[in-house]
Amino acid sequence: MNRFLTRLLDHSSGRIGGVIVLAYILIALAAQAGLTPYDPLQQFRIERLQGPSLAHWMGTDMFGRDVLSRLMIGIGQSFLVAFSSVGIAALAGTLLGLTAAWFGHLWDGLVMRLMDVLLAFPAILLALLFIAVVGPGTFTSILAIAFVYTPIFTRVVRGPALSLKARDFVDAARTFGSSTSYILSRHLMLNLVAPLTVQVTLALAWSLLTESGLSFLGLGTQPPASSLGLMLSDSVNLMEMAPWLLVFPGLAIMIGILGFNLLGDALRDILDPRSRRALA
Amino acid sequence: MTYLLRRLITFPLVMLGVSVLVFVAIRLVPGDSITAMLGTEAGLLTPEQKQALAAYFGLDHSWPVQYGRWLLGVLSADLGLSVTYGKPVLDVILERFPLTLQLACLSMLIAIGIGLPLGVFAATRKERGSDLAVRIFAMIGQSTPSFVIGLMIIYVLSAGFGVLPAMGQFIPFSEDPLGNLGQLILPSLTLGLSFTASVTRISRSAMLDVLSDDYVRTARSKGATRRRVIWRHALPNALIPVVTLSGVEFGYLLGGAVLVEQIFALPGLGRMVLDAILQRDYALVQGSVLFVALNFMIVNLLVDLAYVMLDPRIRLGGRS
Repeated sequence: MNRFLTRLLDHSSGRIGGVIVLAYILIALAAQAGLTPYDPLQQFRIERLQGPSLAHWMGTDMFGRDVLSRLMIGIGQSFLVAFSSVGIAALAGTLLGLTAAWFGHLWDGLVMRLMDVLLAFPAILLALLFIAVVGPGTFTSILAIAFVYTPIFTRVVRGPALSLKARDFVDAARTFGSSTSYILSRHLMLNLVAPLTVQVTLALAWSLLTESGLSFLGLGTQPPASSLGLMLSDSVNLMEMAPWLLVFPGLAIMIGILGFNLLGDALRDILDPRSRRALA
Repeated sequence: MTYLLRRLITFPLVMLGVSVLVFVAIRLVPGDSITAMLGTEAGLLTPEQKQALAAYFGLDHSWPVQYGRWLLGVLSADLGLSVTYGKPVLDVILERFPLTLQLACLSMLIAIGIGLPLGVFAATRKERGSDLAVRIFAMIGQSTPSFVIGLMIIYVLSAGFGVLPAMGQFIPFSEDPLGNLGQLILPSLTLGLSFTASVTRISRSAMLDVLSDDYVRTARSKGATRRRVIWRHALPNALIPVVTLSGVEFGYLLGGAVLVEQIFALPGLGRMVLDAILQRDYALVQGSVLFVALNFMIVNLLVDLAYVMLDPRIRLGGRS
């Protein structure tokens, strides 16, 4: 583990990505703990649509709310959606992929054909359909993004699991009398950690992007709660008068996604044996 | 060829799965489409009138009967009637499709036109300053959502130059080529630029991979010029991942780009599907989702075919 961390810190994009993601997590936690400069819902009526100043570092919005405070809450919101949705998708996908590879036959066929159907939809369309059925909201966008990403995790897990299943050490474990659940959780899962970690990090970047898109369309987090996509959609009609409403949330989304992308790239370089060559 | 054959056989099965899924999903949406169509006026209708409307749109039967009828219709290119537009679904889709198709083609053109040369250029100057610059540009580009790029473009144009992009009614290319391009150039740039980054990254890494292969060294030692080796020997093989990526992206784009259409107020497929879902226009949702999924799968199939053409070493049947 220590060696892994050292290599990650040696990798320049891993270092930058790690710092960004860590900083965002700290901001999100601070916002949750109430450590924002102002109450994100408090309306300073006289100070509506003010540019960045010492009192309001990122200015105020059309209701006179402090943009920095709302941005911090929004980052927390986006990270909540990203981490929960990817967590659910990784869990569901691992379970499906692992059991499909292990039990094979009918179950494998059933699971994989269902995944084929889901993958035949463009991702955003699938998410929209899901939201239409369940209704818009933060919780729905978590489920919708998880739903869209589950087939991808299923495929990522099933392939390596199939080849691992045929390896000698699995046979050996079976002859020792290890139970199926033990083999699956110890022998297979341990070897799947590397590809899963890379996929999870890249999925987080994508999930952040989708969440902001969904709330931009008004289908994700609902006002007066704050989210980065919502802040952007509020800025559309005011951008000439108050460009800071566009610039700061836009940058916040961009840098957040950048953090995960950089981290994902570094992890792939370190964990994926196939890409070693490119490094050497 | 067994691989392609298997793909062709599973094709209709997957489409069948898609049709069932979308049929059920849209019916699980709370509320009914007749009420959604009429809005507040729905209250003025007598139950008999509602019944008659439901019968007109074929909504008065049980789900399995509705599905069976719809599927039979689909097989003869009849996708049913749209409740919101009062027109055949296929007509509504085909009205929106030219814009979506043109947008997809233009943005692919931009992305590949910029991304591919940039990626090849970076690969040939590995680890030098210019390579680093390209990689940073690509990484930032890949991390910026297309709608953020679109909003920034609109802001820069309106604040800096006082120009607003042409919005609203779609101008077909055949009627007014200049007006059409003027309308589509910004949305295409928006979609194209966010995809340029991915193309740059993948062509750089593919090119690096190929350049370290033995046959490239052989070509060099035989005295082929550096230029010839890069463009003639290495590039065709490096194209394979680029083709895959572009194919998938093109397939997505044919499904409409909801966010960019929304920002530039363009009447494309993406917004139509979104509106149809929100309006619970059953037939239109079913028809358009099926249409989009079909496009998506055909493009993916074509990508597989392109592999064989690009790389004779791949014989799809014998692949692991």
